[in-house]
Amino acid sequence: MKIDFKHHQSAHCENGVVSNLMKHNGINISEPMIFGIGSGLIYCYIPFLKVNHGPAVTYRVMPGLIFKRFAKRIGVTFKREKFKSATKAKQRLDDNIKNNNPVGLQVGIYHLLYLPDHYRFHFNAHNIVVYGKEGSDYLVSDPVIENVAKLDEKQLEKARFAKGPFAPNGQIYYPISFPKESEIPYKKAIVKGIKQTCRDMLAPIPIVGVKGIRMVAKLIKKWPKKKGIKVANHYLGQIVRMQEEIGTGGGGFRYIFAAFLQESSAILNNEKLMELSKEMTVIGDLWRDFALEASRLYKNRKATTGSYDKVSEMLFELADKEEVFFKALKIAIK
Amino acid sequence: MKANEVPQDKSSLDSINQKELCYATDENGNYITTKSSGWTPKTIALNNAIEDIKERAEEAKQRVLNNETSPIEYYMELNRMDVTILAGYVGIWPFRVKRHFNPKRFKKLSDKLLQKYADAFNISLQQLKQGDLNED
Repeated sequence: MKIDFKHHQSAHCENGVVSNLMKHNGINISEPMIFGIGSGLIYCYIPFLKVNHGPAVTYRVMPGLIFKRFAKRIGVTFKREKFKSATKAKQRLDDNIKNNNPVGLQVGIYHLLYLPDHYRFHFNAHNIVVYGKEGSDYLVSDPVIENVAKLDEKQLEKARFAKGPFAPNGQIYYPISFPKESEIPYKKAIVKGIKQTCRDMLAPIPIVGVKGIRMVAKLIKKWPKKKGIKVANHYLGQIVRMQEEIGTGGGGFRYIFAAFLQESSAILNNEKLMELSKEMTVIGDLWRDFALEASRLYKNRKATTGSYDKVSEMLFELADKEEVFFKALKIAIK
Repeated sequence: MKANEVPQDKSSLDSINQKELCYATDENGNYITTKSSGWTPKTIALNNAIEDIKERAEEAKQRVLNNETSPIEYYMELNRMDVTILAGYVGIWPFRVKRHFNPKRFKKLSDKLLQKYADAFNISLQQLKQGDLNED
């Protein structure tokens, strides 16, 4: 059983799955649009959530949130189901395939054997689409890779019932009702999406947005003295990994956001957004410069404490740039 | 980032013959999607993370051999887990997992519970009990 489903590669899994499911149902919407309308961009330092023995730094909102906000703002209704029993979860998936309905699944990336070993960490908020079954193999469209893949029943079950933070509990989701393409409130949705991103990035919370960037910048200076070079390098590497992880579009999602602003500029007929898009591209480049500089530190593992100051300064500069940017963006859509 | 500046470095994506998609600008400054085979700073970060895990597993192995911890800790590191994640897979509280690191306690564990650990590590009950610490 194979559903006629078109696989498009995307930069990020969650946007990609939603975009692919929308396209399958006849609504042509780009990945950056979903990311922007769903207010995907953020910066957040989460010291209490340990990922691979280090604090988590995220450049996008909590898993599932982009998709939830996007659906609400566009007027699409999605159905979501979680399961306690693996048998039921499998049954429901098989039923959907029989009904010619490709579904999105939340899975643990550690169990996806078609990915390179280097990417297989215990991260549970990856998204894929299952669009068919051949014998006991499920046909998988994973938006971060170029081609479709296959997983057998056992492997898919493991991935769907991965454990740890953000455990997927076999979650599946699929759209059940759509607005007419002509009635989709794009303009309103875009403005809402941008407003929320501005609010998030300028939030008066010490670990979120611009303030969060400054906090990490301060910590980078402290880490080598407080935790030792080895741990400091491990943390720095972690920050870069999160920023440039497969499916971020690079520059900590800044390029995807810039692409979104560009597309929005045409839809809203707002020249200012085009300018800001270019500005965001420059900021994205600076994020990459930061990653490059940081990599010089953790590469040789024997850096002196002084060199951390430079990386920290770069991050402070980024915080300043983003503060100005998001204040300008807020005014631009008023 | 301009499309012609998108890095095409060697990375682990080569092992599965894949490239990743990214967003970059064309000569007119318009956004397009393009492919990248990888970027060295990221590859180093990934490699270091893997190296770290190997070191941790090796350390745990030594401590198992010195009878300072149980094979559970070693297999946990080998499977890139931490206590919280492992507790999730076994279905018990994290503090109990930590307790089971104690070699004496480990010896007294029931087969039923050990089987759950073995399943989490994808190894057989025998392998876990013998503690011969094979890499695979």
